[in-house]
Amino acid sequence: MNLLDVLPIALLGGVLGLDVVSFPQAMISRPLVAATLAGALIGEALGGLLLGAALELIALETLPFGASRYPEWGSASVVGGAIFAANPEHPGAMTVSVLAALGTTWVGGWTMVKLRQLNAVSARRRRGALEAGARGTVISLQLMGMTADLARGALLTGVAYVALAPLAAWCLARWSMDATLSRAIVVAAAASVAGGAAWKLFHSTTGARWFFVGGLAIGFFFLFVK
Amino acid sequence: MSESGALPASAAEGSPRLPFGTRLAMFMRLLAIQGSWNYEILLGNGIGFCLEPALRGLPGGLHSPAFHTALARESRYFNAHPYLAAIAVGALARAELDQEEPARIERFRTALCGPLGSVGDRLVWAGWLPFCSLASLAVFGLGGSPLLVVLLFLGLYNLGHFGLLVWGLNTGWSHGLRVASALGNPVLRRGPQEIGRLAALATGIAIPLALGRVIGPGRSLMGEVLVAVALGSFVIVRAQTRIEGWRLSLVVLAAIVLFSVIR
Repeated sequence: MNLLDVLPIALLGGVLGLDVVSFPQAMISRPLVAATLAGALIGEALGGLLLGAALELIALETLPFGASRYPEWGSASVVGGAIFAANPEHPGAMTVSVLAALGTTWVGGWTMVKLRQLNAVSARRRRGALEAGARGTVISLQLMGMTADLARGALLTGVAYVALAPLAAWCLARWSMDATLSRAIVVAAAASVAGGAAWKLFHSTTGARWFFVGGLAIGFFFLFVK
Repeated sequence: MSESGALPASAAEGSPRLPFGTRLAMFMRLLAIQGSWNYEILLGNGIGFCLEPALRGLPGGLHSPAFHTALARESRYFNAHPYLAAIAVGALARAELDQEEPARIERFRTALCGPLGSVGDRLVWAGWLPFCSLASLAVFGLGGSPLLVVLLFLGLYNLGHFGLLVWGLNTGWSHGLRVASALGNPVLRRGPQEIGRLAALATGIAIPLALGRVIGPGRSLMGEVLVAVALGSFVIVRAQTRIEGWRLSLVVLAAIVLFSVIR
């Protein structure tokens, strides 16, 4: 692995990490998109999409409500998508890639908290200028925050990819579980989180459970007819 | 845009006109409203940042005391959902350019925070985002290509996202300090419930279909997986106050990787 392998991944992670909160929150950072883009960068968009779908099911549980602390999926999905797209046919690739993404998303959430604290320090240092209504201060605080977020996402993605891609390759070289069971476990874990998330989101909505049951009937019909 | 870019010229309805360039600049800045989000003033600086192009229209323009006083007032603590903050930005721009009493503007700012936060969270984070995500997962499960799934998700989601920003900015600007009546809009009042039902339907469709496609070689274990999903969802709901599902997944998958590598 050299700089030219890591740099595009890190830049993509930076841009998608920026999208999570700072700019433009168009949800290009959602796993379904981010992992697919990472896969496309490696030359395996379909592999990226498969991993993105598994991560998206898990990410349904952690939506960006207000000031709550939540995992950062943009950069993490790039790391997971890139690792999976490099070995899409390996029996353990999805398990290892989802694990790499979950580890990165955890650290990513922590880096977002640190960035918000750093933004608070910057704002506090410029309180006098803000209270005087200095235009340059208002604009520079905004630009500094976004630049720091871009750098945070790029650095996180670069470091995580450099550390986790070789570790994933090492694990895959020693992988002993068959593909059927490996994939079944990942899917069961992801769909369980999605099921729990759906209940939390919609159980208080009048009539939602009947819509859910109706949806399940349609979903299973298409699943077994296909 | 000139230094005094916002020209509150009277329109036929008696409502001042916000020049297109100023409106566009405010819209673009709304996309970066959370650029300096922090635990002390939250969105405060972002609100000042978005309002700045409009405030140039105050008498005396960019270097006037009125501009600096208004920008200082608007850059203080503020909390709202980032998309619905567009309503606040529009309304505050109108109030500042109408040169309303400062104390009245400050009371208005304080009063807006709560409703714009809770309505936005229910409408967007708990409704529109999961709905778009699940609808795209359903299309993925039906065999959609990477391009189709990604474009469907981004197109659908951002139709709501950008639509809400444009509507919020326009509504805030046209109502000014009387914008509270606009919060009774059917989309904001009944939207979370209706989108919630659609999202519940999409959840039911998407989970089995997405599961069926991601599982690939594990399809022969489909029955066992479905039982595991039902049990797993139950455990996650029961344990929701103690551990989040994604952390539980991390622990389970780490154990599986260790087991498979060491064995």
